[in-house]
Amino acid sequence: MKLRVDYRASLSLVGTVLKYLTVPLCFPLLVALYYGETVVPFVVTMLLTVALGAGLERLDPDPDIRAREGFLMVALTWLTVAVVGAVPYLVEAHGIPPVVAAVRPASTLGNPANALFESMSGFTTTGATVLGEISFDAHTRGIMMWRQLTQWLGGMGIVVLAVAILPELSVGGAQLMDAEAPGPGIEKLSPRIAETARALWGAYLGFTVLEATLLYGLFLLGIDDGMTLYNAVAHALTTMPTGGFSPEARSIEAFSAAAQWIIIPFMIAAGTNFALFWHALTGNPRRIFGDTEFRSYVGVMAVLTAILSMLLFAGAGFVSAAPSGETFDAAYLAEFSNLVAGQVEPAVRQALFQVVSIVTTTGYASMDFNAWSPAAKYVLLFAMFIGGSAGSTGGSVKVVRWYVILKSIRRELFTTGHPEAVRPVRLAGRALDERAIRGIYAFTLLYLVIFFVASGLLFLDSVRYGQTFTVLETMSAVAATLGNVGPGFGVVGPMGSYITFSNAGKLFMVALMWIGRLEILPVLVLLTPEYWRR
Amino acid sequence: MRVVIVGAGQVGSSIAADLADVHEVVIIDSDAELVEDLNYSHDVLAIAGDGTAVSTLEEAGIDDAGMVIASTDDDETNIVVCSTAKAISDAFTIARVKNTEYLRTWQRSKKAFGIDFMVCTNLLAAESIVRIIGLPAARDVDPFAGGQVQMAEFEVAENSPVSNVTIREADRFEALTFAAILRNGTVEIPRGETVIQPNDRVVVIGTPKSVQEFARSVAPDESPGTAEEVVIVGGSEVGYHVARLLEERGFRPRLIERDPERARRLAEELPGTVVMESDATDMEFLEREHVGDADLVVAALESDEKNLLVSLLAARLGVERTVAVIDTTDYVDLFEAVGVDVGVSPREVVAEEITRFTREGGAENVALIESDKAEVLEIEVDDASVLAGREIRESIKRLPDGVVVGAITRNREFITPRGDTVVEAGDHVVLFVDAAVVNEVTPRL
Repeated sequence: MKLRVDYRASLSLVGTVLKYLTVPLCFPLLVALYYGETVVPFVVTMLLTVALGAGLERLDPDPDIRAREGFLMVALTWLTVAVVGAVPYLVEAHGIPPVVAAVRPASTLGNPANALFESMSGFTTTGATVLGEISFDAHTRGIMMWRQLTQWLGGMGIVVLAVAILPELSVGGAQLMDAEAPGPGIEKLSPRIAETARALWGAYLGFTVLEATLLYGLFLLGIDDGMTLYNAVAHALTTMPTGGFSPEARSIEAFSAAAQWIIIPFMIAAGTNFALFWHALTGNPRRIFGDTEFRSYVGVMAVLTAILSMLLFAGAGFVSAAPSGETFDAAYLAEFSNLVAGQVEPAVRQALFQVVSIVTTTGYASMDFNAWSPAAKYVLLFAMFIGGSAGSTGGSVKVVRWYVILKSIRRELFTTGHPEAVRPVRLAGRALDERAIRGIYAFTLLYLVIFFVASGLLFLDSVRYGQTFTVLETMSAVAATLGNVGPGFGVVGPMGSYITFSNAGKLFMVALMWIGRLEILPVLVLLTPEYWRR
Repeated sequence: MRVVIVGAGQVGSSIAADLADVHEVVIIDSDAELVEDLNYSHDVLAIAGDGTAVSTLEEAGIDDAGMVIASTDDDETNIVVCSTAKAISDAFTIARVKNTEYLRTWQRSKKAFGIDFMVCTNLLAAESIVRIIGLPAARDVDPFAGGQVQMAEFEVAENSPVSNVTIREADRFEALTFAAILRNGTVEIPRGETVIQPNDRVVVIGTPKSVQEFARSVAPDESPGTAEEVVIVGGSEVGYHVARLLEERGFRPRLIERDPERARRLAEELPGTVVMESDATDMEFLEREHVGDADLVVAALESDEKNLLVSLLAARLGVERTVAVIDTTDYVDLFEAVGVDVGVSPREVVAEEITRFTREGGAENVALIESDKAEVLEIEVDDASVLAGREIRESIKRLPDGVVVGAITRNREFITPRGDTVVEAGDHVVLFVDAAVVNEVTPRL
């Protein structure tokens, strides 16, 4: 059988992207140098990326990318980058026997499945972690910063970044960005795709810098002693990509209410279509508030927050007692339910923070929501399937898809009564092509099918492995990894970890994060024989 | 004046026929047979050729022409004809277009394409339909003086309160003039003691408010603005524009179109309209959708016969009022006699617009009554006018019978004309003029 896909061209471009991964690796390297830690993990990875990248590039010195090669290139890029991104974790745990001794031999990331999970969770901006102990004793500051940075790189998209800076990608660039960018279709902001990619990354970088500055400002003003420069940068790096990694074991709970209030609007911005910011900056600020998706996105968060704040305020949002084996204890529950129930500001803040964090698929937590009652948790489970806006850094299904689905259902209801009526589905006044609607249905249905099948498989695997996970735990684990959210409920809760799953289960979730980030179809299409033939 | 008309289709030849009495008309068409026919049937010079070619235009005597009217069926051809004519002569150029985008471009920059005046047939017809929809019992409505004056023609039904009533009794409105009564095809200038008979058509001129009030007294059963349920049959360009204009006025019309693709396109462009894909002669469908309960049905299909059929069908189902688009102007009377409440001829509407420019003395606006029985003109009075500086009673004596001063606007203020009103230079006057005396009267106004 002759393959009709020029995989050499795809691999060659993957090599180019890989080669450039050395540049961001300098950042944790400098952090390590600053704190007087070993730089070996980063130097090794840099050498590896250059060697591997240059090797792949030699497969096709003049790659010619078309639609099919584009899908392959994007899917492979994300896989390879995740694999290479795991190398610093492995080197930290094992050293390079016999040359360099291990830095942190006790690291949970010494298990390759764990390292790959952490790396994929980073690049796909999921935020699910398998770190056992999150502290600077267990891991160096350099490694922890690398973990944060993987999310920032994955947020706006590695391929989008590549399109922005690599002139050789300008021709097939739109195709590549389309395969990678969240939401149905991309919006070209300028005639040249590289300029669009640069505009998106520019807005992204700008927000990150602004957030880091504001957070560090809290430290300088003495409002929040925990928000050191390291922490300010580390959290800015994972807010804007809707990532959710934190070098603090207690996530955002470790910081003051002021820091939490600052992070909320940045999460909201991260879940907004970045093209809107571009329009705002180029003199059309009203366009943000007139945008249908933005309004629905803000509206759905407002409604969920209102429900949740009432639950928390009334005290009905908390479990009555801490069950055994939970990530929180009775003292924690007592303290928090006292602090939140009956208090307006904490109730609203906790509800808003968690809703925004889950809807945008960031995955930060301002408290351990395992301590919440099933009713309150259900609101969060529901929120996991909403997702941010198209063209944002958020994951999951995306608001615009649900909007279109609801409108087309309304149309079905109307045409049931009036079979002859012709009624296009409109998005912001413009009629949508029926093919686009079909694509949205297909994606959403596929997403839900994968969710249910994967939950079942993961549950079976946990039984095989001799674990006693509840169905809700495995379902939330799948929803959180497929939707790139991060934390789920129970063991995989915001203060918990995915470490208890079997290696097979972890690798399965690595695959879920991968297809979830690329929105399923660009990866699944590679599995069809028709893609490779004809 | 020499008038060159390019395109001898229905509109082109009817304009040619209208103008031939007074002007020197040259008509160009690419269809040699049609040209041959025209040379015999009308007193015009018909030339076979391509109207966009300079040589053809020169053969038509473009150098001495005062006006070029491009009226082929193709928008782009019409635009090129006008541009070409403008480039090689000083003639006033008029282009007929179907695509409203071109009209919008032209309105943005009146110098666009070298066209001095652009008419959009379908849009004009739709506007005139929508005006009629807004006024119960009206058969024709035209705005004058920037909308401050309205001319309307009503048909008086047997059971109407104004039937068998004298004009003096009927005229209870401050700002309204009874301009004429059309009875059995003849124009009659009403006096106070004239009795309005059933089936008369009354032409009134006044403020839109008073016209609206009069409409209410003609047909009190149908209160204005309550034609809420409008069904448009046929997604032609006219149908589309009617739906669009109704949407702008806050209606939610229904539009029935048979072709699936066209229906989809219309549905995309008309968010406030319920578009249905069906054959409008399917009785089962019409009953299921309760079309009979509609207040008004507009038949805007491509053929006159189908529009007649649909209108009659709708009337039988119980629709209160039917409006049909009728391309062949000659059919209008016939269709109205059979049972269509109002027939609108797009060609007549266009002819009204174009006639404005061919009038000597330069009327601001012209409306044709019953296509050729009479005209309602809007003129700006200058010092040379017979009206200037005189009481209306005086100036009317100097003019032949068949002229009525309907309304006056001075500095955008409406003035009800009375016998002793003195017209000043600069006033806009709206007059009703019997067709028989139009050519005699207009130069003197």
